[in-house]
Parts: sequence; C-alpha cells; structure tokens
Amino acid sequence: MSHLLNRLNFLARKNTGTFSDGHGVTTNESRDWEDAYRKRWQHDKIVRSTHGVNCTGSCSWKIYVKGGIVTWETQQTDYPRTRPDLPNHEPRGCSRGASYSWYMYSANRVKYPLVRSRLLKLWRRERAVKTPVGAWAAIQQDPAKRAEYTKVRGLGGFVRASWDEVNEIIAAANAYTARTHGPDRVIGFSPIPAMSMVSYAAGSRYLSLLGGTCMSFYDWYCDLPPASPMTWGEQTDVPESADWYNSSFLILWGSNVPQTRTPDAHFYTEVRYRGAKSVVVSPDYSEAAKFSDIWLHPKQGTDAALAMAMGHVILREFHLDRQAEYFEDYCRRYTDMPMLVRLVEKDGRYVPDRLLRASDFRGKLGEKNNPEWKTVAIDRKSGKIVAPTGSVGFRWGEKGKWNLESKDGKGEDVELEMSLILDADRDTVANVAFPYFGNREHDHFAGTDHDSVLERAVPAKKVKLASGEALVATVFDLFVANYGLDRGLGDNSCAKSYDDEAPYTPAWAEKITGVPRDHIVTVAREFALNAEKTNGRSMVILGAGLNHWYHMDMNYRGIINLLVMCGCVGQSGGGWSHYVGQEKLRPQTGWLPLAFGLDWGRPPRQMNSTSFFYAHTDQWRYETLKVDEILSPTAPEGPWDGTLIDYNIRAERMGWLPSAPQLKTNPLDVAKAAGEAGQEAKDYVAAQLKSGDLQMSCEDPDDPANWPRNLFVWRSNLLGSSGKGHEYFLKHLLGTANGVMGKDLGEEGRQRAREAVWHETAPEGKLDLLVTLDFRMSTTCVYSDIVLPTATWYEKNDLNTSDMHPFIHPLSSAADPAWEARSDWDIFKGIARKFSEVAPEVLGVEKDVVLVPILHDTPGELAQPFEVEDWKTGKVEPVPGKTMPAVAVVERDYPNLYKRFTALGPLMDKLGNGGKGISWNTEHEVEALGRLNGVVTEEGATKGRPRIDSDIDATEVILMLAPETNGEVAVKAWDALSQNTGRDHTHLALPKEDEKIRFRDVVAQPRKIISSPTWSGLESEKVCYNAGYTNVHELIPWRTITGRQQLYQDHLWMRAFGEAFCVYRPPIDTKSINPMIAEKSKGKPSVVLNFITPHQKWGIHSTYSDNLLMLTLNRGGPVVWISEEDAKTAGLVDNDWVEVFNVNGAIVARVVVSQRMKQGTVYMYHAQEKIVNTPGSQITGQRGGIHNSVTRAITKPTHMIGGYAHQAYGFNYYGTVGSNRDEFVVVHKMEEVDWMEGPYRETGEKKEAAE
Amino acid sequence: MSGYINTLLFGIYPYIALVVLILGTAIRYDREQYGWRSGSSQLLRRRQLIWGSVLFHVGVLVIFFGHLVGLLTPIAIFDALGISHGAKQLLAIVAGGVAGVMAIIGASLLVHRRLFDARVRANSSTTDTLIIILLWIQLALGLMTIPISMQHLDGEEMVKFMSWAQGIFTFNFEASSYVAEVSFIFKAHLFLGLTILLLFPFTRLVHMLSVPLGFFWRPGYQVVRERNQRAQPTRLPAAE
Repeated sequence: MSHLLNRLNFLARKNTGTFSDGHGVTTNESRDWEDAYRKRWQHDKIVRSTHGVNCTGSCSWKIYVKGGIVTWETQQTDYPRTRPDLPNHEPRGCSRGASYSWYMYSANRVKYPLVRSRLLKLWRRERAVKTPVGAWAAIQQDPAKRAEYTKVRGLGGFVRASWDEVNEIIAAANAYTARTHGPDRVIGFSPIPAMSMVSYAAGSRYLSLLGGTCMSFYDWYCDLPPASPMTWGEQTDVPESADWYNSSFLILWGSNVPQTRTPDAHFYTEVRYRGAKSVVVSPDYSEAAKFSDIWLHPKQGTDAALAMAMGHVILREFHLDRQAEYFEDYCRRYTDMPMLVRLVEKDGRYVPDRLLRASDFRGKLGEKNNPEWKTVAIDRKSGKIVAPTGSVGFRWGEKGKWNLESKDGKGEDVELEMSLILDADRDTVANVAFPYFGNREHDHFAGTDHDSVLERAVPAKKVKLASGEALVATVFDLFVANYGLDRGLGDNSCAKSYDDEAPYTPAWAEKITGVPRDHIVTVAREFALNAEKTNGRSMVILGAGLNHWYHMDMNYRGIINLLVMCGCVGQSGGGWSHYVGQEKLRPQTGWLPLAFGLDWGRPPRQMNSTSFFYAHTDQWRYETLKVDEILSPTAPEGPWDGTLIDYNIRAERMGWLPSAPQLKTNPLDVAKAAGEAGQEAKDYVAAQLKSGDLQMSCEDPDDPANWPRNLFVWRSNLLGSSGKGHEYFLKHLLGTANGVMGKDLGEEGRQRAREAVWHETAPEGKLDLLVTLDFRMSTTCVYSDIVLPTATWYEKNDLNTSDMHPFIHPLSSAADPAWEARSDWDIFKGIARKFSEVAPEVLGVEKDVVLVPILHDTPGELAQPFEVEDWKTGKVEPVPGKTMPAVAVVERDYPNLYKRFTALGPLMDKLGNGGKGISWNTEHEVEALGRLNGVVTEEGATKGRPRIDSDIDATEVILMLAPETNGEVAVKAWDALSQNTGRDHTHLALPKEDEKIRFRDVVAQPRKIISSPTWSGLESEKVCYNAGYTNVHELIPWRTITGRQQLYQDHLWMRAFGEAFCVYRPPIDTKSINPMIAEKSKGKPSVVLNFITPHQKWGIHSTYSDNLLMLTLNRGGPVVWISEEDAKTAGLVDNDWVEVFNVNGAIVARVVVSQRMKQGTVYMYHAQEKIVNTPGSQITGQRGGIHNSVTRAITKPTHMIGGYAHQAYGFNYYGTVGSNRDEFVVVHKMEEVDWMEGPYRETGEKKEAAE
Repeated sequence: MSGYINTLLFGIYPYIALVVLILGTAIRYDREQYGWRSGSSQLLRRRQLIWGSVLFHVGVLVIFFGHLVGLLTPIAIFDALGISHGAKQLLAIVAGGVAGVMAIIGASLLVHRRLFDARVRANSSTTDTLIIILLWIQLALGLMTIPISMQHLDGEEMVKFMSWAQGIFTFNFEASSYVAEVSFIFKAHLFLGLTILLLFPFTRLVHMLSVPLGFFWRPGYQVVRERNQRAQPTRLPAAE
C-alpha cells in the first residue's frame, strides 16, 4: 500500500479508544512499517560454518543468507550433549567471531586476481614472443628486469588479471624453478591445518606432488612448547576445556582465558562455582585476573624461578619430609625418576652424564634388541639392575614389550627404586655439580650472586659396567638435589629453610620474581595437597605468555615438574593445559595422505620454518647472542665454538633437522647423475657429500644456487603477523624498502659463523615470486607479486577441529565465493591443471632425490645413542639415516600432476596408512572411497582411482581414512598398537566400529569423534579428553627414551647447554638497544621497555585486526600499552603517538597508558596490520612496522637436537622455535605524524632518517 | 528582460516547480521512507550547530509563514481589515528583516560548518551542501530587497507580488506580467525561491513535512496500535 495514501486519513477516525483515564490511546493506523523490522531478521537459509582461524574455538555458527548474500552470523546451540554431570558446551563463539561476515563484502576483500603491474607488463611483453617457461626465464635471467618488480614490493601497483593468465605465470615460474634450481626451491607456507584442513591440503598436495617444500608453523609461531616433546615425546596434547570442570585446583599461568579462549571460559567460571580454587599468574592485571583467588604477578620472564620455588616446597613437604603415597607410586611407574644416571668426574666433582643403558653392562642385561636404547633402574625387591619395559628400545624391533607394566625385559615383575638415600642402598655420597644461571648480568633482570656451579651432595652407587666401575645415581636423587633440597647428607650449600636465599627456595624466588615467599609456599602447598587428596586433579592452564621466551623450556619444564611430581598428568581434571595455536588436527592420519600426496609418492619435503627463515632472511648475519652466553659451566668437552647458525648447519648435516633447499645441486640432476654413475642414490649422495662434490644448501644460504625462489603463502599473514624479524624479511627475502637499522656482523667486525659461508654483501631479494592467497588485502598481500582471491570461511566446504572440544566441525558454503574468488582447493587445482599444461616444455617424468631427517616415531629415531659426531669432521662416515639425513628417490610425473592431484593414488593400497609409529592396511577404505566419490573414468595415469575433484570429495578422503572418524579404522589402529604394547586396546574403539562420520553428518551437527591411538586421551562417555590418559590408564608408554615422562634430558647438547634438569634462566640479552638509544633519541625523554606481544582483544585472534567493527572498539589503529610510571618517565600521556624501536626496526603507534600494566613492559597486541592508520616513522623513513618489526628470531641449539628418540625431528613436532619475548625497545614520543600520502616516487623511496 | 523569458520564468516555471514539488514529494514519501529525514549531523559535531540551527530555524520559520500569509492572503482581506498596504509593507520589512538577519547568521554558521568541518563534510551529500548554500543565497537576496522596498513604502510593489502569487494559484495566465517590471533582485529572489521548491523533494528539506506537531495535542502518553483488521473468511456451518 501507499504510505502516502495511508496517511491521507484526515477524515477517518484514527483513535479508536482510550484507556488508563485517557493516558493511553488505541489507534488503527497502518502497521505496515513494522514489516521493516521483521524483514531485518528474515533470511532465506541458515548454513553451519565456523571460523578457520587459529583461536582454537572451532565454534559452531549459524550463517544467515538473504538474497544470496551472507547477512550475519549467530551462535549455534545444538552441540551433542556429553555427560549429565557436565555443563553444556554451548554457547560457543565470541563477539570477534560474530564480526567476521564484515570481511566478505568489505572494501578490504580481495575480489580479483591481482598482479604487480610491472611484472605483468614484463610478462606480456615476453609472453607475446615466447613460450610460458621461456617468458619466465627471460625475466629471471635479466637482473634488471627482475629488480624492476622485486624492488617495489609493498609499494602498491597492483592491477587485475584473469585467472588464466596468473595461473600461467605461476605454473611457468614453478616449472622453471624445478628445472633450473630444483623443485625444493618452491616453498609453501600455510599454518594450522586444523583450522581448515582441505584448504591447507590443497596447497600442500600441489607442492608435495611437485617436490616443493611445505613449511612448519607451530615451531615458527613459537606455539610449540619444546618441553612437550622433551618430556612426553608428544608434540602437544592437552585436556579439552570441559575437563577444567573436573579439576579442583586450577592455576592460570600466563594464559588469558576470558580474552583469548572466550568460548571455553564458561567452564572456568562454572568450576569455580563448584568450589575449585583458582590461582592466576600474570604480570599484568589481565582479564583473567578476575578469576583468581590469589593473583601472583611475577616480573615478566621469571616464571621458571617461581615454578622452581614451588617445586622446592612440594618436594620438601610431599616427597622428602613425608612421602605422599599417591605421588610416590605415580612417580615410580610413570616417570624416569627411578632411572640410573651415570656420574662423571670433572674438575674434582661429579657431573650427571647420560642415562645408563642395558648395553653398558656385560651381557647387556640379556637384552639383544636395541640394548643401547634400554634405560635401566634398580629393582627394589631383588636389588638388581633391570631394564624395565617401555623404554624406546622395546618399541622397535620387537613386539609386545613396549608397555608400562611393572616388568623388566625378561618378564619378571619389578618395583623400581626411586632413591638411594638409605644407607643400605648407597655406596657413597657424590659431590655433584649443577649449573646456575641466575647470577648472569642483565640490565633489566635482577640476579643473585651465587656461583655458576652449585655443588650438591647426592647419594650414589657404584656399579660394574663392561667398561669398568662407574658411579650412578637415580634421576630422583639428582632431581631433588637440583632443587637445592637438604637430604641430611651434611651438605652445607643447600637450603636449610624456605627463608634461606639459596636457589631455589621461596625466599630466593621472591628476590627474582617479586612474588612474596608466603604466597609461593601457600600456592605450592595447596596445589599439591589438592592433588594428593583427589589423585591428581590439579591443573595448570598455560600459554603463550610463558612459551614465547627464549628459555621457554625452563618455564614449561618448571611447571611440568610440578604436575608430574603431584601425579596430575593423565588424570581427569589434572595436567598440563597448553592452549597455544589450534594444533589439534584430530583426523590427522586421514589427512596426511591427502595433504602431502603420500598416496603418490613418499616421503614429502617438509621444513622447520624457524631455521629456514633464520637462514634465508639473513637474520643470522646479525646474530648478537654468542654461544658462550648460553653454554653451561658444566658442559662436557666438545666443540662448543661457532655461532648459532653453525649449530643449525651441523644439525642439518647430521640429519637432526630438515633442510630446504636441500642440496646446492638440483635434486633432479643429482638423481640423474647417480643413475649415470650406476649407484644407488643414497650411496651416491653420501659419497659425494663426503668428497665435497655435493654440498648441502644450509652451508651457504646466501649463494644464489641455494635461494628459495617461489613462495606460496595461503591461510596466513606471514608478513603481517608471524614473521619474526619482519624488516629482515623485507630486506633480504623480498629485497624491498625496509627499516633494518642494525649492522651485520661483517660491518661490526664481530665473531662470524664458522660453517656458514660469509658473503661480504648480503643478497637482497632472494624470491623470484611471492604468491599469496587471501580473502582480504593483508600486509602479506600488499608485499606479494601475485594475490589470488580466495573464498571466505562461509564460502567453502572444509573441516575444522580444536583441542578445546571433542567435536569435528565443518566449514560449509553459505554462498558462492563472491566476485572472482575461488576456494583454496579450486585455486590449487587450477594451478595444477595449468602446471601440467606448461611443464612438459621442460619437465617429464623425473626422479627426485629427497633428503629426509631422522624422524621421530619411526625406527630411525634410534640413530645416535651416545656420542654426537658430525661426519664432516671425518671421525665418522656419512651414513644416510644414521649420521646424516636419509636419502630417498621419488618419482615425479610432472605432466600428470593435475591428474594425480585429483585422484587418490595407489600407495594407500600398497603401503597402507598410519601414524605415530603404527600402521594398518587401508585397502577397504580406498575401495569404499572409490564407491563414495566415484572413480576416474578418463583414460590415463589415474584411471580407476577414487576421485578427489571437489572440496567435499577431499573431506571424505580425510574422514574415511582417519581412525577418529571411521570406527573400523580406529579398531585397526588400536589393534596395531596392541601388537607393540602386548596389551589389548581395541576395547576403546570396538563399540564404535560401525560408526562412520561423513561430511554431511558434520554439516547436520558437529560430531563427537572416536578414540584413536594417535592421541593420548579418550573420547568417551565416561571421561573428558585428557592428555596422557591412555599412558596412565592403558599403560601405553610415552614416546620418550625411557618410555616414561622424561624429567632428565640426557642428550649431550642438553647437558652442554645446562638444561638436563630444569633451571632458572633469566631472559637473554639481545643487545638491540644500546647501539640505538643515544643516536636516535637524541636526549629526548624516552624509556626502555621489555617488548611483549600478547594476543589481542580487538582482532580475530592472532591475525585479523583490520576489521572495522573491531577497530571501532579500540582506537582504530596500532596501539601499545605502557604503565603510568613509564609514561611519566618518557613524558607521555594517553593517546600520544610514539615510536617503538631498536636495531631491528621501528613501530609507530598510539600509546595506551594503563594501570593494568606492570612497570618495565610494553605490550603490543599481536598482528595489528600496518595497512591501517599507520603513519611513517621518523627514524626509518618508512611506514611504521608491524609488531615483529622490532624482533629478530634467535635460535636455540637444544632445539636442533635430533636422531635421539623423543628428541628426533617431526614436522611441527620438534625444532627451533621463533621466540620473541626477550626483546627490549626504546619508546619515545613522535614529534610529527607524517602519513606518507602521495604517489610512489622512484628516487625518494628511502627517505634518509631525520639526521 | 524579454516578455518571453519573463513568461517562461514566472508564468510557466512556477507550475513546473509546483508539480515537481507535489508529485516528487508524494513519490519520495512512498518510495524512500528511510531517506525521509532531516539528516542531522549533531552526532558528528555539536560545534556551531546549536547557535546555527536555532537561529536559522527560528528566522526561516518566521520568514516562511510571513511569505505564506503575506503573499497568498487575498488583498481584499487586508483591505477589509483596514490594514493599509504601507503598514503591511513596513511590517514585512521589519519582521522579515529581523528574521532574515537571524536566519542568515544561522545559515552562515551552518554553511561554514558543513564545508569546513572534516567529519561533517565527509558525511554530506551533494544536495546537503547545495541546499544550504542556496538557502543562504536566497536569504541574502531577500535581505537585499529591503533597501529597494524602502523606496516603495507605499506597498505598491508588494501588491504586485501578491497579485502574481495569487495569480499563479488562480491560473491567471497574466500572472507573470505583474512582476515584469520589478527590480532584478526581486526577480532573482523569486526565481531562486521557485527553484528551491523544485529541489525540495530531492533534499533533506522534506523533513519539514514531518514535524511531529501532533505530539502537542495528542491525547494519551501510551499509544497502542490495534491489530489490523482482516476480512473474516466465510465458512460454511455444519450441514443441518
């Protein structure tokens, strides 16, 4: 009806009555206008999807679609119920997630394929007269042409191009690179497969079929806690958030649950109503602090000291003065505490050496299989030395004895002795040396003046070994001595009381951390008492706040020690809850074949990103941390020379860490040469390496032959978020304008690497091509050569899982990808198709030589039991898989790459599937997939194989092959494990054998998954998922050298760097301030602060902060937080523009002055895009950087260890990590704010700093 | 000015303007309910708004009703009431002058604010800016007529405009001739006035039609809108 006519009712009676004495009136006027409000909430359909972001939420969302447009999203509330006594999971989802649909139609959406215009012009000119690979070669082989576009990366200049054209450029670049330099120079970075598995797999499948390198993320993000592989041989496994509700004592330590785990926080609130005690440890008054009964706020970075002091109290009161029965029993059976450690004399005192092995004894204790990998202990009853089952030696080469039954290798029942403290048990009291680092000088961290070596009295026993008599002690006795506890052995150096200032008493910790000693004692005592009364229901939730320090292992192991000594790990409501990054890819073993092309060729090429970026962004050239600053005073003899990259090179040579690129020579040529020489590739490579005719790329990362050439980035904001040493990326990897202010070691004349070749001039611009797939124009996109528009999380079909809840969840397509966007699956499929068209120009069916590091969870992990020998020294031979990386040959069918991409290959039928050291036949699943997805009917290389055409086909591959989503596979997997352990575990899956979860099932409702041996907890109707649960309750060993929770790390390098036991280590000195402060601040008021980058409140977890709704809530651009005291020092008031800088670069931001902040720190929330509201820096003359502009990755030698059971490499399992918390910055006020508007000028690209 | 152009501007153009005004407003009311608003920028910036807006609105309302009554009341009524043309002219000059000064001060503030306040400017449509500038010019022209009117205190000029205006509404095809000889300033004022009427449906000026005057005498504080009546379907009773 007409609005106007409705109003033209002057003659009609409008008011039909009154009420309430005339105060109210009823009318009959038109109510059509109300429809506007009704229509606002009407929609055509609701689709279930979630957010493919690494927040661990995996929340179920209703996506509303109206007229083909996604209009808004709300929380779904239909999770399956778990158990009657548990609170509901829902509602899950936070306000940040609810803001997501903004991106889909925002100005920031990438709508078309974009190319750097200079590159496109070059390409079109060359392509007009040349073939695709010929055209790319012409551009690359002319340095002037190449520089034309590489030098302006990040400075605008994108134009639209067609899909066909960009695919051809990419395909040609990949083919040229594979032919000219080697396929391993094609690199792909994508993080966190769990957040959208198929999207990850799309790129990694393409790269793996090509022979390219897939990069790790978990270690690079520094979310990987190396303490976890060290202690449990497990990447990370944690309780689901519902298990918090089973706890009765919770410590929230450096984790900010309400802010960063919002959908799970309700369990924390609920368990407090149930009476749980809550302690929050956080230097700032964080949002989590409101949860606390006691808020402890130690000085940032000193958490290990706090944990050590708490351990001191617990050991004193629950293990020494009184032996809590539950703790004692737990430690005996589930930890390495009873194991024997050899003591070796050095400088008149003893130093703990490696764990004693069966092979040390004459007759090897009767162990024929792997005696050098079987640790030993004393049986209490017989007093004999035995090799208890479960150690890693039992895992490989024999069946049925790899378990935690209290038995020895011969099948005798044993009860292991934990301590030799009784006079009858010990032969002597040894004076044992422990390193102490708390006395090291640091401008900003208080130390104590104790000696660098602490001598402790330890009860020891003399044993007869094949090599003669030796002194040994138990791990427990050494462990306790390390904590400085008095055992009544007349040791005057150890602590007599808690008020004694000896390491590691509460009084000592008070001095270091600032936490009052009585708080430490109270928390420790109550934590342990609760665990004793409840059989381990004490839990610590910890996170990035601790793990991002250089010595994160110490923070973590300090806390893990508490949990282990109180028997909390593997018990409901107890344990270690490390929630950093959505690492939990639940259907992992179903996903691996799809993702890494294991169905067509094995092994794939994988690389640890930290070492890669450290080398290839040339951050090593600026290294300030010298090895002797972190070496232990008790280090055994060894070549502890060189710089950090030297250790990484040695590690790569010895097969400890992976390499990328691998060899200086193109691996396709190596295979050919080996064939011509008539040798097997592994023999050929070993011989050539030894002679020096072949070189590993890691030895000379700056030689053009060793540069990475093509880089794909997808599902990631590498340059706007995770790229530690951002400015070094810009300078060396991309070769564009940057803010690096430090001088490299050559200019500085400092100690240089021994192993790495030094080039006087560092290369700038190693990459030929940077391709980014994203749905929004992120900082990474801005720096790319080609940007491909991808589907958003509401426009594709995919799978998503989390460690926080036990459900598998879909992403599903609510609307077709807008504009010209395509799903990741379709994008890589398109590139693969083009590649197969283009490649035959230079590539056919090729043999590719692949180097593989010594891998954890494979028999190869038993590689180097005792000594560390680098074959390069000539003392040992290079033996592939033993003293150097294994060498494999993989066939690449380049012309058929597309066909292989879209079909499941024959290796699944031939070799089966598996993971984490077990494998099973999977023929039945392959056959079922063929019937479900259909088989390829076209003639050719893949005829008859199951199809993987669409993204839904890909999800079905994952779901069909994974034990977690296919009960039949779960039973097979448990059965395979049962053979190793000699115990029947199939009862854990048999009731669900018929259950098969398909994609449409999870779209209908998120599904509970099925228990599988891939994980250490159970998906059950009886208990919440808790890590280590099956180790404790099914007696499955941890995947460590002893098979038990490993508190003593006996590898040579662990001992050399002083971390055999957990100790307190103050943050390192990165020396990034002093060269800058006088020169750049010029007497202006400034303040030097510790630079901390927590996860943010106003961004979608760690990546998306350019969302207008979020920006509106928080000052609309980059901010840093400082305390009121520091603000006063630097003459700042709230909302001032400041520069934050050090030698690595400069950031420009507004300052938030807050009482919340602890003096001495500055917070910059993670990943605030430099594309939003970021002016120029006066110091660098460049636009202000991202949070990583002031950081630089610094590697740690102990993370490079490999070939040693639990300390063996695994992709995203172990390796160097990109820590960033030890960095300091100068903060001062900006005099003028320059927005650097205006077009790009060729000459003025680098304005000189205002000098 | 030639007779042709005079007829076009003041004999034909008024009808075009009025038709667009009426039809345009009706159509916009029906089709653009969400755009039918005053478009206040008070949320963006209060500065200059209160003084500017109040002065402008008070002045303009006086002027508006002054013009309405002054131009469209048949001359016979004034004569019958005994109000001489001179007295009416004087009243118009004094009241119109005071209100005009208020309005133009207010409009100046508003124009300045609209053009020079970055936030307000960024949120202004072209018509928002255009209409306030036109109104300012119209007010200026109106004030500029005062000195001319001072030379005609007998009110005879004013009668010409009344005759013209009333002629338009009574479809007197000679209407344009009444104003053929008046000063250029007056003609510009008339022309711009008609143009403002023409533009009215396309601008925020429509908000003047929705001034909620009804609130002043609406009975009751609580309004309950009844369910709209629907025709009852005819249903057959049970067979007997």
